[in-house]
Amino acid sequence: MQTDVRQPADITRLPGSGRGPDRPGRRAGRGRLLWSRLNPLSILVLLLFLVFFVLPVLWLVLAATKTDAQLVHNHPLSFGSFSALRANWKGLTAYQDDAIFLWLRNSALYSFLALLITLCVAVPAGYAMAMTEFKGRRTLLMSTLVVMLMPNATLIVPLFLEINAVRLIGSMWSIILPYAFYPFGVYLTYIYFSTALPHELLDAARLDGCSEFGVFRRVALPLAAPVVALVGFFSFVANWTNYFLPYVMLPESDQFPVQVGLGTLLDSVPQFNPTASGLEIQRPELALATLLAITPVLIVFLFSQRFLVAGMLAGATKN
Amino acid sequence: MTAPALKSGRPQAGRAYIRWPGRAGHCFVAAYVVLLVAFGLVPTGYAIYFAFTDAGGSFTGLSNFTAAVSDFRFGSAVAHVALYLLWWLASLVVFVVGLALLLQRMALRGVSRALRFLYYVPGALAGAAGVLVWLFVLDPTVSPVGFLLEALGYHSFGEVIAPGHLPILFTLIAFWTGAGGWIVVMYGALNNISPDVLEAARLDGAGAWQTAWRIQIPLLRKWIVYMVILTFAGGTQLFVEPQLLSQASVGVAGRDYSLNQLAYDFAFQNNDVNTAAAVSVELLVVGLVVAGVFVARSGFFDAD
Repeated sequence: MQTDVRQPADITRLPGSGRGPDRPGRRAGRGRLLWSRLNPLSILVLLLFLVFFVLPVLWLVLAATKTDAQLVHNHPLSFGSFSALRANWKGLTAYQDDAIFLWLRNSALYSFLALLITLCVAVPAGYAMAMTEFKGRRTLLMSTLVVMLMPNATLIVPLFLEINAVRLIGSMWSIILPYAFYPFGVYLTYIYFSTALPHELLDAARLDGCSEFGVFRRVALPLAAPVVALVGFFSFVANWTNYFLPYVMLPESDQFPVQVGLGTLLDSVPQFNPTASGLEIQRPELALATLLAITPVLIVFLFSQRFLVAGMLAGATKN
Repeated sequence: MTAPALKSGRPQAGRAYIRWPGRAGHCFVAAYVVLLVAFGLVPTGYAIYFAFTDAGGSFTGLSNFTAAVSDFRFGSAVAHVALYLLWWLASLVVFVVGLALLLQRMALRGVSRALRFLYYVPGALAGAAGVLVWLFVLDPTVSPVGFLLEALGYHSFGEVIAPGHLPILFTLIAFWTGAGGWIVVMYGALNNISPDVLEAARLDGAGAWQTAWRIQIPLLRKWIVYMVILTFAGGTQLFVEPQLLSQASVGVAGRDYSLNQLAYDFAFQNNDVNTAAAVSVELLVVGLVVAGVFVARSGFFDAD
């Protein structure tokens, strides 16, 4: 697993990274001379935060292996049993006939379709803003930056009114299309192309008789793999974890993505909602559902930490 | 869209890499512009239109805004969000910068890397999943830190989520999911500070503390501002945390807690989209002003 983030510069050149690639050996050596070790207080602080960040995740994983009684009476960080895990699985999947799988499938469908559209839209747009000159380019770039910094939740109620006016409420496009509008992705491709792709390369292709579209398709696109991955990961995580938009746009339970589905499950847990009637969900089953809901994002995280961080850094690296 | 724009060609600039000024560029951005209009401009226009009209569509001036502001829930919602932002921003700046400095000072690079990753893992639980985990963590009967909650004198879920605690609790959740990513970012930024500068500081007799305070933190300022801006913008949008908490407490805590919830309730409980739009416009203005000032003043996004 690649977790070294000191060198995302192969994607986007970091500020002040003009020194060229790090030389870890030398740096570490000098670092050791400078700061031989941390004092005990610092180590304690780091460990306390480690507990803070990791403990709830650990607890969640273990909770799915317990019965509700074990959850209350056993040690919070004890392992339950595989039979309890199986029982939780059965209880969870029995809820509204495999509703959890339907929600997961919905989430996957919405996230991937939106991701696909995002890539098809953002990559050419970012390329054009970085490498070509056209009327309104600067305005477009500025509005992209402003919209990017403005959280989209602000627009959800007006968006509902708009989608309602075109009678798309309840359709999956009512969330896929707004997801697909992803200015941050456009900005990332803009940064990528304007720092990583030399104009000379494009000029050479043009001299060889390539059309503008040919230049994009034959020169820029083959070089765009890193930024496609970057935008893809970001867009996927953002789509998968969004709650407010589908909560507003999709009224039917069988259309919910898993994030909204978790809220439904929460309503069916008697300990949290004493008025819950009929189909009950036990707390360990809810924990299991939460684990299932985060698995895809967790996998993306494990395999792409470097990309994700590089993207966050790239938000501020064009100097 | 594809009208030739000869003026923008700027051949005198010496970078004549455009054969047909504009045409190709416009084609490349066309789809994006459509989305920008449909899901950026039109909703904004819609919000403004609804905010200044009544249910019949006639112009009403500022009455929707006064209706929103005079709603008994509005003032407290603003106060809630403000208090939450204060806690969150303060904890983020102090702890993220502090932890990044500590991690960077660590001689054992492998341990430092592992810690950064582990701090980052809860980021995968953004949204509803993270809130659910914290509902458990905050319930003394099942919590892994139940002893801590008991020691603080809270014996039931209801006592833990007393209204006065909510800004801190939401801060905990937000910090838990969000801080790891920023720690990694700050760490990356710290590593970009030239070792020669630190060497010079050492030769001048600066200790670890002085180096951090006088050299590293000032050089991080840009990044801290970037983090604060993005966090501020996101923080005003508080929704899923209070919404799920209010579900879990049967409406005792977290109902109509944030401005977004209030807008949601105006629109979908009271069927009053005009007042809801007024709340949206207010949030929009705050978001636009912050984003605009930042883009214009920071130098972060120098476009060319």
